[in-house]
Amino acid sequence: MVDVTPADAVPPAEVGEVELYHPHSWWTKYVFSQDAKVIAVQYSATATAIGLVALVLSWLMRLQLGFPGTFDFITPEAYYQFITMHGMIMVIYLLTALFLGGFGNYLIPLMVGARDMVFPYVNMLSYWIYLLAVLVLVSSFFAPGGPTGAGWTLYPPQAIMSGTPGGQDWGIILMLSSLILFIVGFTMGGLNYVVTVLQGRTRGMTLMRLPLTVWGIFTATVMALLAFPALFVACVMMLLDRVLGTSFFMPAIVEMGEQLQHNGGSPILFQHLFWFFGHPEVYIVALPAFGIVSDLISTHARKNIFGYRMMVWAIIAIGALSFVVWAHHMYVSGMNPYFGFFFATTTLIIAVPTAIKVYNWVLTLWRGDIHLTIPMLFALAFIVTFVNGGLTGLFLGNVVVDVPLSDTMFVVAHFHMVMGVAPILVIFGAIYHWYPKVTGRMLDETLGRFHFWVTFVGAYLIFFPMHYLGLMGVPRRYAELTDMTIMTESARHLNSFISIMAFIVGFAQMVFLFNLIWSIRHGREAGGNPWRATTLEWQTPQTPPEHGNFGKELPIVYRWAYDYSVPGAKEDFIPQNVPGDFAPSREPA
Amino acid sequence: MAVVLVLVLIVVGSVLFHLLSPWWWTPIASNWDYIDNTIIISFWITGIVFAAVVLFMAYCVFRFRHREGNRAAYEPENKRLESWLMIVTAFGVTALLVPGLFVWSRFVTVPGDATAIEVVAQQWQWSFRLPGKDGKLGTSDTRDVTADNPLGVAPKDPNGQDDVLVQAADLHLPVGKPVKVLLRSIDVLHDFYIPEFRAKMDMIPGSVTYFWFTPTRTGTFQVLCAELCGQGHPLMHGVVVVDTEQDYLAWLGQQQTFAQLSAPQQSGSANQPPGKIIASNLGVAANSKLSRSAQ
Repeated sequence: MVDVTPADAVPPAEVGEVELYHPHSWWTKYVFSQDAKVIAVQYSATATAIGLVALVLSWLMRLQLGFPGTFDFITPEAYYQFITMHGMIMVIYLLTALFLGGFGNYLIPLMVGARDMVFPYVNMLSYWIYLLAVLVLVSSFFAPGGPTGAGWTLYPPQAIMSGTPGGQDWGIILMLSSLILFIVGFTMGGLNYVVTVLQGRTRGMTLMRLPLTVWGIFTATVMALLAFPALFVACVMMLLDRVLGTSFFMPAIVEMGEQLQHNGGSPILFQHLFWFFGHPEVYIVALPAFGIVSDLISTHARKNIFGYRMMVWAIIAIGALSFVVWAHHMYVSGMNPYFGFFFATTTLIIAVPTAIKVYNWVLTLWRGDIHLTIPMLFALAFIVTFVNGGLTGLFLGNVVVDVPLSDTMFVVAHFHMVMGVAPILVIFGAIYHWYPKVTGRMLDETLGRFHFWVTFVGAYLIFFPMHYLGLMGVPRRYAELTDMTIMTESARHLNSFISIMAFIVGFAQMVFLFNLIWSIRHGREAGGNPWRATTLEWQTPQTPPEHGNFGKELPIVYRWAYDYSVPGAKEDFIPQNVPGDFAPSREPA
Repeated sequence: MAVVLVLVLIVVGSVLFHLLSPWWWTPIASNWDYIDNTIIISFWITGIVFAAVVLFMAYCVFRFRHREGNRAAYEPENKRLESWLMIVTAFGVTALLVPGLFVWSRFVTVPGDATAIEVVAQQWQWSFRLPGKDGKLGTSDTRDVTADNPLGVAPKDPNGQDDVLVQAADLHLPVGKPVKVLLRSIDVLHDFYIPEFRAKMDMIPGSVTYFWFTPTRTGTFQVLCAELCGQGHPLMHGVVVVDTEQDYLAWLGQQQTFAQLSAPQQSGSANQPPGKIIASNLGVAANSKLSRSAQ
């Protein structure tokens, strides 16, 4: 694929330069900032902070599972609150916010060659509403009755009934309100990302020259804008059921011997709405990770990404298909069982474009010049965990195999491997990769390698054996596994082992946080382009880039994002803004 | 280089763990060994793919790691290779899907001679209803649930009068006879799950769901609730005993019908809503009834 524009053939800009908002004070520069890069850091810091809460919650639940009965304060009630908040925080408030709000904000304008997002003010609002959503969520820990313990799927009727923690207290109300706020905030950011990619690209940056990171984030955002409304209405309807006594999801119910006032609603309608959002949500998290990891592998293997066009189409195909597979979460929900034929087929079809992506990552390594940097290590670890988790998805997607495995620890192991561990490994790799651009300094190498090895090996040791507990039939969401005939003594030991590994992996994250903070001042100076990468964010005149990103002149793009090791070129990379067929590369300032 | 070693170890370790670890499914007690076979096919296909991808990656890292003077090849695309990989993948996926859908069609096709029985869930216990001499279950409605009629059997329906009710006790089933399990809940979602039978299905208040199976060996099997149903969820155990035909009939003879239980002199027993008993015992010890049934 030779895709180089001669220097004199780049089309003129369609839209002239727009004056950016210039901050007047420290407050408007760093707090109420309209600079996408500052907003990105705000999003990332908030997501990391709430993510730490989720990490501690996971420790608490592993204490209970690994050492049952040892910790009196972990009542069944508390356990369900822990798992619910852990799940919701990780999926929505950490992963979605960090990939789209964090990486999206930082990388989209820089990578497409724009000065900022197209609607900076709305972008700023997006963050502040997200922060409000997080605060409402956190407030439920201090509300009477505590947070909701309905499970992150919030299935009614139990989510709003008294047998569930927070069901008849504040917990569920605050959770639903927080989700509604999150979606409002996300929509403001999401519209920005989409319009910036479509309208804000610099001269010469055609869609088929975008780095795959941008393709991943862009497609995920489009999906999120289509999927979140389903969750939004589900939340509003459940809130009405809970507060005003409507019956959207509530049939006739006898609770503890008493007839409730509800009648005629459909609990399974909620599940359809939830998973119409929930399954695309998996890919909303996964597609940015796919995109980012493609760029990490290409850059650190000094080789063009293999099959770029196929990679783009695979991202789009996965995004589209993921809207017609949602009911594979509901094979044993009691929906019409004949749906199983359709949803199993669509679900397994999605494996084909996904497998193509895996092949192309590995084929990018083939005949590369692989630098085993920390971002590359995380990318390799991502492939291992993603392939592992993706393949167990073929078990669960294949309707009849799901029957025994559904609602067991197999499911827990599967989704943690594929949408927990794998995307988070990409996040780590991405942070080690772009931290030098954000701060101007490198993260510490020794601490980084320690962090990598403990996280990767530890996480694999946590989640690989867990599949086999599920195969035994051990159900998920059990606060205690006592009096259970299938639980053998050795299975209890395995649970203790998993818990100990979870504490160790959690500890390694503290080392990572220390590294993040310590290196801001003490890290090695990075220079403008420490990885010798081709994409535009590494070609900025300043590092960290200042407001407006590219100084006086916006870059002009002459080539795709993957001109690594071009035969005949002097250097093993040619930045996108360098004209000419085999031009010698230009050292950025 | 450590990476290469670890990648190889992950493949070897995972395979050895799969083969040697003591954690495997419970011995099957129903006709759904079809499902077990489909899982075995899935393990083979996915295991081969996993090993192939990770080992190939390990080889690439070993062979193409950076050394002074190395330069990567420049190969943006290879249509032929990409097409081949797509075809092979589609073939592998089909090999998983076809047996899966074949077994699913059996799972959703209830044999004509299956006996319908009903399982009723509520926070946090199981009850059962078997058709009486007429072979028919009477209709039911959550709105008919009262202290004296905890399963909500329609009081006027003649078909329901001889239904056998098993409230908060063990269910017995005859071995070798197909059963269609009708699932009902009167409060929240639950899920009737017996690991040895491999099958499970959610119960939804306001609907009747179902699945079918044939018990293939006698024994005592624990029922677990597999859908989060509130704080008593992990204690919601029950017991299904699979009997020989003789033992089953002996047990059945001791059970009471709906008409018998609704007679005025019979009321007053076992009518306390179970959730209240369990709720008051939570965090202290399992309710005595539950721990007995859990054995």
